[in-house]
Amino acid sequence: MTDTNATTSGGAATQAAPNAGIVHGLYTEGEPLHDTKAPAGPIQDKWSTRKFESGLVNPANRRKLSVIIVGTGLAGGAAAATLGEAGYQVKSFCYQDSPRRAHSIAAQGGINAAKNYKEDGDSTFRLFYDTVKGGDYRSRETNVYRLAEVSTNIIDQCVAQGVPFAREYGGLLDNRSFGGVQVSRTFYARGQTGQQLLIGAYQALERQVAAGTVEMFSRHEMLEVIVADGKARGIIARDLVTGEVETHLADAVVLASGGYGNVFYLSTNAMGSNVTATWRAHRKGAYFANPCYTQIHPTCIPVSGDHQSKLTLMSESLRNDGRIWVPKKAEDCEKDPREIPEEDRDYYLERIYPSFGNLVPRDIASRQAKNVCDEGRGVGPKVGDFRRGVYLDFTDALKRMSAEAVAEKYGNLLDMYQRITGENPYEVPMRIYPAVHYTMGGLWVDYDLQSTIPGLFVAGEANFSDHGANRLGASALMQGLADGYFVLPHTIRDYLAKGPFEKLPDSHPDVVEAKASVDARVQKLLSINGDRSVDSFHKELGNIMWEYCGMERSEEGLLKAIDLIRGLRDEFWRNVKVLGAADTLNQSLEKAGRVADFLELGELMCIDALHRRESCGGHFRAESQTEDGEALRHDDEFAYVAAWEFGGDGSPAVLHKEDLVYEAIEMKQRSYK
Amino acid sequence: MKLLMAVSGALFVFYVLAHMYGNLKIFAGVEAFDEYAHHLRTMFTPILPFGGFLWLFRIVLVVALVAHAYSAFYLWSRARGARTTRYVAKEAARATVKSTAMRWGGVAILLFLVWHLLQFTIVKFNVGDDVVGTSPGKLVISSFQVWWVVLIYILALVALGMHLWHGVWSATQTLGWAGSARARKRAKLAALVIAFVTSVGFALPPLAILFGIVKGN
Amino acid sequence: MNLTLKIWRQASANARGEMVTYKVSDISPDMSFLEMLDVLNEQLNARGEEPIAFDSDCREGICGMCGLMISGKAHGPEVTTTCQLHMRSFSDGDEITVEPWRADAFPVIKDLVVDRGAFDRIIAAGGFISANTGAAPEAHSVPVPKPKADRAFMAAACIGCGACVAACPNASGMLFMGAKITHLGELPQGQPERDARVVSMVEQHDAEGFGGCTNIGECSAACPKEIPMDVINQLNRDLRHALTRHGD
Repeated sequence: MTDTNATTSGGAATQAAPNAGIVHGLYTEGEPLHDTKAPAGPIQDKWSTRKFESGLVNPANRRKLSVIIVGTGLAGGAAAATLGEAGYQVKSFCYQDSPRRAHSIAAQGGINAAKNYKEDGDSTFRLFYDTVKGGDYRSRETNVYRLAEVSTNIIDQCVAQGVPFAREYGGLLDNRSFGGVQVSRTFYARGQTGQQLLIGAYQALERQVAAGTVEMFSRHEMLEVIVADGKARGIIARDLVTGEVETHLADAVVLASGGYGNVFYLSTNAMGSNVTATWRAHRKGAYFANPCYTQIHPTCIPVSGDHQSKLTLMSESLRNDGRIWVPKKAEDCEKDPREIPEEDRDYYLERIYPSFGNLVPRDIASRQAKNVCDEGRGVGPKVGDFRRGVYLDFTDALKRMSAEAVAEKYGNLLDMYQRITGENPYEVPMRIYPAVHYTMGGLWVDYDLQSTIPGLFVAGEANFSDHGANRLGASALMQGLADGYFVLPHTIRDYLAKGPFEKLPDSHPDVVEAKASVDARVQKLLSINGDRSVDSFHKELGNIMWEYCGMERSEEGLLKAIDLIRGLRDEFWRNVKVLGAADTLNQSLEKAGRVADFLELGELMCIDALHRRESCGGHFRAESQTEDGEALRHDDEFAYVAAWEFGGDGSPAVLHKEDLVYEAIEMKQRSYK
Repeated sequence: MKLLMAVSGALFVFYVLAHMYGNLKIFAGVEAFDEYAHHLRTMFTPILPFGGFLWLFRIVLVVALVAHAYSAFYLWSRARGARTTRYVAKEAARATVKSTAMRWGGVAILLFLVWHLLQFTIVKFNVGDDVVGTSPGKLVISSFQVWWVVLIYILALVALGMHLWHGVWSATQTLGWAGSARARKRAKLAALVIAFVTSVGFALPPLAILFGIVKGN
Repeated sequence: MNLTLKIWRQASANARGEMVTYKVSDISPDMSFLEMLDVLNEQLNARGEEPIAFDSDCREGICGMCGLMISGKAHGPEVTTTCQLHMRSFSDGDEITVEPWRADAFPVIKDLVVDRGAFDRIIAAGGFISANTGAAPEAHSVPVPKPKADRAFMAAACIGCGACVAACPNASGMLFMGAKITHLGELPQGQPERDARVVSMVEQHDAEGFGGCTNIGECSAACPKEIPMDVINQLNRDLRHALTRHGD
């Protein structure tokens, strides 16, 4: 525990009055921001009112209207399929070799929906309430209510598509309770819910490809958004196979390009997951909201060495029966855990949180693991100077339940652990460590999911979303599909009803400028020809972010991180080594472009974390904790969305605040004591 | 194409089983065998002329043979066309012994068939020493007293056994009859049994003759 | 451990390729196979040689993007994806050959990267249930017996990696296609399009240049998701029904 001073307001150094000029030398504050799209009236009626009010497009006119969708995960895939079905001309882009590979596929747990099939007191309002509360009261009420409202349609839609959800013997859908929620509202398909939902959306998408309404561009990466006459009108994309830089124009653009967890280098994201699409849009005028909100998941398989390229999540259900501990004495850390006697073990979660024990919320479990490792009591191989791992021990469960019962319940997880680590968890305690898992921040959007650039819509993890400062389990899949199937198709229609917009020639100066900037950037990356590989920069950035903008952030650390990142970015543009040519498949070049954008995003994340002098959800500020070391929120000062406007290269970012107004529910302080 | 292969193959399975049953008649003596050979030609007379049924049967078999061989070569060439650049590692995508035996075994069986027909149906030449006259039974016995004739037959039967082993199982799969794990196990077992029974059943008469258990007179 | 790698290098789709030998040292048994290639690529980059192109994305065995022929085995010696194969499955001093999937339907793009677009086109030909967004009935209106739901799920576990094609001596895509036919065919929602689906998917499969199935079983043995051969049986059965019902 670094600091035990419970402060109710942050350090004076970062105290900012509106428009008071440059704060900390890092940012300025601009005009406040409001969502203008959610209609007035009771929260239950807002979405139907909005749908009724939004404009209509005659079916015959739809084929004259075009939409570009970047990303083919749950949000992008579902949106492309649905808009295709409606008859619009859709162009869909993904960097993978097939739309079916988007990283939504890796979600294991399940998808929430307020079906109340168990008749256990669930309802749209309860799902809404749980999601806002879980997000630590940092999400927009209207959006979250709509999410809960359409959740039931998602299940109907997916079942109709043939998604093989788990069923009971009577043939009806099974539900389980997930993430400490008291109702059973999670639908699942064993540990592959994300895969099955994505394949459902993918098949619907391929059906539209066959029907000719969707044109698919796989192995294409969006490198720039085209903003002409103030509206988003297309993208510049690179064909990753031929290297050709292509211009694609449309009447509207949707970004559904996922989260930016890979800024930490090691995360549970896919190797290719990146921020480029949203970051390029940010640079063109889209505000980036709450970039510092990162979810860190406590039960991942620890890093085994410097070679590590990614982290693998294990379901946190393991904490139901496993006990978490580290040795009391640092000198025991190298011993075989089975030889450490009971009295020399520190079951630290059970010690610090006697009532919740090993089941404390994700952020607490993660932070305490970091603390014991920082004290030198971590276990497993040394990575750098520290051992980064704690034991998750099933010995007691095996005694209590029998090996068969444990295998029945956790078999596939334990097998996965064994395959990755080569250790048998039935004999030796497993080792776990927290890992970056999801980013709640993203491009700011209004109720219509439209960003601050007209015609640019953002869906799924790429937007700043419905999850506030922390996301509940099984709601990422829900949000992706809600946005893609049920929200965007209505809101984008309202925008397109004002079209078709004037046809844009390829020679339009904004189009020419966008393409030229991409070409120049590609050439620049290839021409530096320095000494360091792209990966080495990425790793270093990841270490900085993890150290100073990870589970616990402090003013001192963040200021240091900003300095380090600026230095690293500077070195990157002088000393990166990217081999190969522009006109071929060149994976180093792809990575270089992504890391270049992460190097800019990382700085903004630190600035956002620095300015938010409170602890909330996934954001824990050392300076803002209670006497017991728990997160302390400051609703009086920070109950707002921080939407950042790009200030220009070398110029400070501009902060726009959107105040969060809770009418349907009351703000409360989270408690788990 | 695969359906053609499976259906024509299935036809052969039934034919081969019937043929084997007939061959075993040799154990009942030369007369019984000759009677069987004659009966084949008089079956369904007078509806059909002498030998009529046999000819019909032969036509069906020839058509099936052409279909079977054609589909085999078609699939073979398609498989070659589906991977024109081969793997460097020799272990890669190598078929099991049984299924490799399908193609080369099939060719071997085809060659054998030519010899077999020449020997017992078309030319009816006698490689043995006995006087056989027009008795098919005597011809058979005389032929199989020669060791290398028996050897050719045994080798052909091994090829046939392997061919049936994979072929019968494969046909059930192609016809969609092996839908569950249990059905698949049954199909594999049936394939093994048919393959085994056929090879052994066919091998018995020549061996018995060679070792003098069945004698001509 | 120290290893000798023989890796297929091919500059582009039309260029001639060849096996190139590389030595790597100090490989940790805890590395995944792809991390071992990452290490080699870092060394190549430092030497000024272009790194080896290979596909991978999730690196947790679910996206299906990775796939290498490792010493003649699709995804290597274990029943898992290449990204989940760890170096502890090899021994010090081993010589390992690494090749791309070989099938004319999966042309090589560069080095170890192949184009599996044929799989997408097979799905587009009919591997879906036509249910427009918003037109779905209440989810509980059609119960699905658990055994059928479970079998559908088993088949739906396919990740589309292409190992079945790579391992098949005929380079056939029947296991991939059979998995989708079985997944959708087991569910009541999949019935209306069942006949048309199998016919158009098989047509597309043959047009893509995949070989025919001769029921050898290498596909299923190589499948990282252990999809059984009976999905091919199901496909054949459905195809036979579809053809006889419509007489074409």
